Amino acid sequence: MPFLEENYDVCVIGAGHAGCEAALSSARLGMRTIMFTVTIEGIALMPCNPNIGGSSKGHLVREVDALGGEMGKIIDQTFIQSKMLNRSKGPAVHSLRAQADKSAYTQAMTQVLEHTDHLTIRRGEVVEILAENGNVTGVRTYSGAVYHAKAVILATGTYLKSRCLYGDVIEYTGPNGLQSANYLSDSLKNLGIELYRFKTGTPARIDSRSIHYDQMEEQLGDEEIIPFSFSSNREEIQKEQISCWLTYTNEKTHSIIRNNLDRSPLYSGMIEGTGPRYCPSIEDKVVRFADKERHQVFIEPEGLHTTEMYVGGMSSSLPEDVQYEMYRSVKGLEDAVIIRNAYAIEYDCINPNQLNPTLEFKKLKGLYSCGQFNGSSGYEEAACQGLVAGINAARRIKGEEEFILDRSEAYTGVLIDDLVTKENREPYRMMTSRAEYRLLLRQDNADLRLTKRGFEVGLISQERFDALCKKEQLIQEEVERVSKVNVGANPAVQQFLTSHQSTPLKTGTSLAELIRRPELSYQLLEDIDPDRPKLDIEVQEQIDIQVKYDGYIQRQMKQVQDFKKMEARKLPQNFDYSVVGSLRLEAIQKLNQFQPISIGHASRLSGVSPADITVLVVYMEQYYRKDQ
Amino acid sequence: MNTDTIAAISTGLSPAGIGIVRMSGDLSFSIIEKIFKKDVHKFNVSKVDSHTVHYGHIVDNNEIIDEVMVLILKAPKTFTKENVVEINCHGGIFLLKRILELVLKCGARMAEPGEFTKRAFLNGRLDLAQAESVMDLIHSKNEFARRSSIAQLNGKLSKQMKSIRQTILHEMAFIESALDDPEHISLDHYPEELFLKIETLIQQLELLILSSENGRLLKDGIQTVIVGKPNVGKSSFLNVLLGQERAIVTDIAGTTRDSIEEQIQINGITLNVIDTAGIRKTEDIIEQIGVKKSKEYVESADLILYMIDGSRPLDENDHDIIQMIHDKKVIVLVNKSDLEQTIQLGSLFEILDYPIISLSAKDYIGFDDFELKLKELFFQGELNIDDEYMITNIRHKEALTDALISLKQVKISIENQMPEDFFTIDLMSAFDSIGEITGDSVGDDLVKEIFSKFCTGK
Repeated sequence: MPFLEENYDVCVIGAGHAGCEAALSSARLGMRTIMFTVTIEGIALMPCNPNIGGSSKGHLVREVDALGGEMGKIIDQTFIQSKMLNRSKGPAVHSLRAQADKSAYTQAMTQVLEHTDHLTIRRGEVVEILAENGNVTGVRTYSGAVYHAKAVILATGTYLKSRCLYGDVIEYTGPNGLQSANYLSDSLKNLGIELYRFKTGTPARIDSRSIHYDQMEEQLGDEEIIPFSFSSNREEIQKEQISCWLTYTNEKTHSIIRNNLDRSPLYSGMIEGTGPRYCPSIEDKVVRFADKERHQVFIEPEGLHTTEMYVGGMSSSLPEDVQYEMYRSVKGLEDAVIIRNAYAIEYDCINPNQLNPTLEFKKLKGLYSCGQFNGSSGYEEAACQGLVAGINAARRIKGEEEFILDRSEAYTGVLIDDLVTKENREPYRMMTSRAEYRLLLRQDNADLRLTKRGFEVGLISQERFDALCKKEQLIQEEVERVSKVNVGANPAVQQFLTSHQSTPLKTGTSLAELIRRPELSYQLLEDIDPDRPKLDIEVQEQIDIQVKYDGYIQRQMKQVQDFKKMEARKLPQNFDYSVVGSLRLEAIQKLNQFQPISIGHASRLSGVSPADITVLVVYMEQYYRKDQ
Repeated sequence: MNTDTIAAISTGLSPAGIGIVRMSGDLSFSIIEKIFKKDVHKFNVSKVDSHTVHYGHIVDNNEIIDEVMVLILKAPKTFTKENVVEINCHGGIFLLKRILELVLKCGARMAEPGEFTKRAFLNGRLDLAQAESVMDLIHSKNEFARRSSIAQLNGKLSKQMKSIRQTILHEMAFIESALDDPEHISLDHYPEELFLKIETLIQQLELLILSSENGRLLKDGIQTVIVGKPNVGKSSFLNVLLGQERAIVTDIAGTTRDSIEEQIQINGITLNVIDTAGIRKTEDIIEQIGVKKSKEYVESADLILYMIDGSRPLDENDHDIIQMIHDKKVIVLVNKSDLEQTIQLGSLFEILDYPIISLSAKDYIGFDDFELKLKELFFQGELNIDDEYMITNIRHKEALTDALISLKQVKISIENQMPEDFFTIDLMSAFDSIGEITGDSVGDDLVKEIFSKFCTGK
């Protein structure tokens, strides 16, 4: 008999970025929630890079925020530098990235968790998932205590059976030398869950006092800081920023690496896990881009009150002595003192194809899974999954409809659809190229896309919802106004145009037409538009983008319409596809295994060809017609 | 396989030396075993190889129906990828029907038009473009349409579409990878490079779309309207082309009050000719209706044959006609060259900027010249499509046109110096449009098209 039994609605295993969002959303939706972590100090830990956001990941943070998650708010409180990336490119690929004060981030998130109603934080290692008749019933900890729960959310990150490797050294720990969790994997296997073994890595941390910054290029933050959270006040978050530094590897670095490849556990075969192609170690880069003379190295502070500096771009699993040699060959790092050495980490994760888009296991009702444990990589990828898993666990318990974002609504939707649908044999990283409809899924309009959904779910306050509706209305009215207001070819206008290297007008035209000129913008036209209302900078930005790229947005919306039509062609569930005679064998297997929810969903399964889809479409039409 | 067995008479329903009854589906072999006797012995399909021919008799209740050759084709290497049997019997409508009835009695079902092709498509034997070309082939009206369909069936269209698609995909992938990995992949000077590649694709598409115009004309025929004043010889001309007297020909002006439509083959070119009532100012109400109708025909025609009586001067009725046809493709036929000419061809050239042919319908003079001008006007003088295919399918043309518009939009984006990530929006549209031709991208429009083509009546 277990010595302690407690009852909860939702049990979250893990307190990383996925676990935190899962626990918060579940508790905020009124669920009695308990969150387990092997170390309290490991809550919202950033064991790798000291930043939040970045290309396409910034989109995810914005989406988490728009839906009522926490990550954006925490980074807005704890950042030490902020930058909007890709400003020279189109608005679809602009992306916000902030350097975090790691310990401040952890503390701020811990505080929020501690002050959330219905939420209990518990140190302890969960060793077993309890289930009856295909339904999850609770968990058992290492100490033997049993916690009953209606839903359990796995958010174990990189901790399951993890081991850290560099050279021939193996440490049986989680990241940063923290305790790993070695028992849960077997319990999951016993429940019939398929596990993968992935690996990732992190670079060394170097003592700031040993770095020659005068040999490097200074990387400043933006002059005007843009917050992540739509609820943060732009003026209030402006602050003094800390610099990052850019240097490069060189031929010497590369030859040191090449000469020691045989001592890397990755190349000697000691590492069994599959690594991320899109976040490669320096060894990988040197091998894969053999013709490159140098690679970028970013030196980034780990916080305000530490001398530890993160060496971005040089993660490695080479032996310690090679690491010293390698880092010290980089300009400015000649005298580098290593505080933490680089290592690769191996861990158990699942094949996410076992999940529904709600992140619930298809085979085990009430068991959810999110974050790095689903085979993704990155704090932001973890956070958005945690949010979706938390929401769905709560909605399931309340008997409410599933919460699913599709590929045309959010990067989060793309991420989850990719995870649960596509073959994924390496840590999955979000990238702009993965989103087909990225001009519509911009980071700047995440609130317009998702805050209504967040409100419906119950994670967005009435006040924030009202503010959004007001914003929408202002944008719409102003977009209509600039399409209607005509500008004559008068001397003031001509002079304005000439001064901005824009061709003077032959006849009158609308303000909207002028906004569409590449060299002009809504904001610039203020000089010749005396009647415009006074609007917030975020609203002005939306008007500019919506008018300027109107044609492209319309065409992309047409693509989305086509996509939606295929998503709307629903497929029956628990269907035996072998009755569809003309399908290829591989397609039958995949369709039976995945039980896709729509024709559109089926078309994204690897192993299902367009020819199979036509067959399926014809079959299903007849199937449904017979039904009528 | 889980399909019923279909059967049909595969040869034309006119008396001929040989006819074929074809079956496809699970029951094909058991049916043939029931009705086919080889030297009185029972025939066992499992003991013969696929793609073999067997001599014997079709028998119904011990009564010999016909002496036949039976072709056994075992799945999956058949047209439909199902078990197929072809019964080569003697031609003759009654006999063919008798054998078909026997097959149906044994469990097969009468195939719907195009159903064998439908199965070939659904079983993955043909891609969509090929399946459509078979449909076109069955319905082809003339030699050129047939050749073009055969070329498509052989996959020429699909091959070119796939290659264009591959090019677009490659460019999209490059842009995407540069967005994801700006450190290692540079987009410097890429827009200029892409511009040139897009231009080449645009040229290819434009050629194909141009060919579709010819393709349509070849497949469906050229909508042709003969206009002219009453009694200039329009009907006589038509009758010469038709080789028979169908239009009422008299010397009284205004005899053809209604319009007559005829299909004429001129060395592979099909003309759908409408002979109109003569156009003149008239008080006769019925004739007025005819004139009004003629004007409507002119509006929708591909070709106007404007006939003048060379023995009579032009008058205000001619000027009305010239006005009416001013924006159309026109061939001017100056008829009655056998009579004394009051109209000089030279002076005609000054007022009519069209090919002008002098002919005599009565004496069959000038018809070769007419054919030559016809080819010049519609097919750039060449009609050798042995190695070429033309777009004959409206759906294909629309998809190509959509792709063309998208690629032109990419060009505009490059010219306007838009950021590279904007290019992919229209590249994606072009990629999808072209994929719709071969069925590689299955959009909703395509799904509807497939239903209408392959699922009607079920």
